Amino acid sequence: MSYDTIIIGAGMSGLAAGIRLAHYDQRVCILERHNTIGGLNSFYQIGRRKFDVGLHAVTNFVPKGTRRGPMARLLRQLRIRWDEFGLSPQIGSEIAFPDARLKFSNDLELLEAEIATHFPDQSDGFKRLSASIVDYDQLGTSESGRSARDEVARHISDPLLIEMIFCPLLFYGGAREHDMDFHQFCIMFRAIFLEGLARPFDGVRLILKKLLRKFKALGGELRLRAGVQEIASKQGKANTVVLEDGTELTARKILSSAGWHETMNLCDHAEESRLDGGLSFVESISVLNTDPKQFGYDRTIVFYNDSSRFDYRDPQCLVDTRSGVICSPNNFEYDRPLGEGVMRITSLANFEAWKGLDPEAYRLAKLRWYDRTIASAVRFVPDFRSSVVETDMFTPTTIQRFTGHQRGTVYGAPNKRYDGRTHLKNLFICGTDQGFVGIIGALVSGITVANQYMLE
Amino acid sequence: MTNDDIRKIVLDILADIAPDEDLSDLKDDVAFRDQLELDSMDFLDIVMELRKRYKIQIPEENYPELASMGSTVKYLEPLMKDM
Repeated sequence: MSYDTIIIGAGMSGLAAGIRLAHYDQRVCILERHNTIGGLNSFYQIGRRKFDVGLHAVTNFVPKGTRRGPMARLLRQLRIRWDEFGLSPQIGSEIAFPDARLKFSNDLELLEAEIATHFPDQSDGFKRLSASIVDYDQLGTSESGRSARDEVARHISDPLLIEMIFCPLLFYGGAREHDMDFHQFCIMFRAIFLEGLARPFDGVRLILKKLLRKFKALGGELRLRAGVQEIASKQGKANTVVLEDGTELTARKILSSAGWHETMNLCDHAEESRLDGGLSFVESISVLNTDPKQFGYDRTIVFYNDSSRFDYRDPQCLVDTRSGVICSPNNFEYDRPLGEGVMRITSLANFEAWKGLDPEAYRLAKLRWYDRTIASAVRFVPDFRSSVVETDMFTPTTIQRFTGHQRGTVYGAPNKRYDGRTHLKNLFICGTDQGFVGIIGALVSGITVANQYMLE
Repeated sequence: MTNDDIRKIVLDILADIAPDEDLSDLKDDVAFRDQLELDSMDFLDIVMELRKRYKIQIPEENYPELASMGSTVKYLEPLMKDM
């Protein structure tokens, strides 16, 4: 079979790219290794319960009628009405450290007021920092080469406030330990503080379904259980995609959302490409017999850290329980209650340590670290343990299995490839390793790479 | 086609590209960029739709002619008057 474009991976970025190319009447095929779509942002079912995996919330959310910014841009590019994603904004979130707590919402004024209260001498500096980011060009195709911590320190001098600002940004998009490139920082700052958080009532799967329907309506083809074995090339040009079952497909251009190293490892004549660094997580999920608001808890997300210094690093043990992200999907402004309560807690975790466990030790470790993680988290939110009716945990090895990402990374490789090019002139990459993170970011990545290289 | 027909065609394309916009009071003499915040990627889509629907090829150097409704209709008039 021959196509104009083959896209590897039916996650957010692959589907968005597919829609763009299908609009331009290309013959497009998306290849997905798994039996369902979504990649990093997917969903699964245990019994009758449906669980979202991947991101807690859509970031970069803007209200209806907003014409600027990544979300408005992608709605136009994919020709989707604002209402179709069914997004409900967050109620309100918090950054919780032992000596200070900062509330924030989708209105920057709340965070500014909180900083004015808790860090009065830093207030002007924070305003200068956010003003400098408002007009930052998100689509820039290179790193700034500057440390975000250095840049932030030019405006903010209180070390505690610096840690508190970095905590949500690193947790929701940090592919490197401790610091990020200033370019990435600006993208994340805008996504979380200047724009904001939202979630569809039916979870992320609603967005995926919407994208897939659109792609298919435009004549696009999706092949599930179609893992790619090899990208074969000749004279610097990819010419054949070989599937794991031996099927050979050809295309004029190939767009891979599998990740940089993962894509390189599919190419023939390429040396093995190994990821150095990268961060992974565990997520501890608790289903409750009540809505968290019933016990007085209405926060959407709480980013917590139990000392004045936030250590965003690959932990030495299975899980770093000192810090984490607590998300309650119930606490968005829906027009009706979500039903059962859910608390999802994400913590830094060490891939190698989880990978090294035998099946029995793995099962026990999940139980043990679930308990430890929750015990740590309830220092910052009401103790919900007596309401828990079901638990689950996914680990770095789960993430690796479902995303194919080496070392179970969530935000991909530490070094991004903003221009999307590879050593082969008709092979490009999109998705996490192209530098955009989050759901809106992934969609924008697929759109921009498709527009830039794939339309001709 | 009359200029009114052409205007209607461009409005249909804009309605597809920006489905949330109310285009009923679109001003002919103000740039799409300023009224609707359309960017270069969106202009590419206008060009593509004209090609798909009416087989009109617009060379890249003429894209600036599509800046506003007024200039777009004026540019398309000789290309579409016999359709």
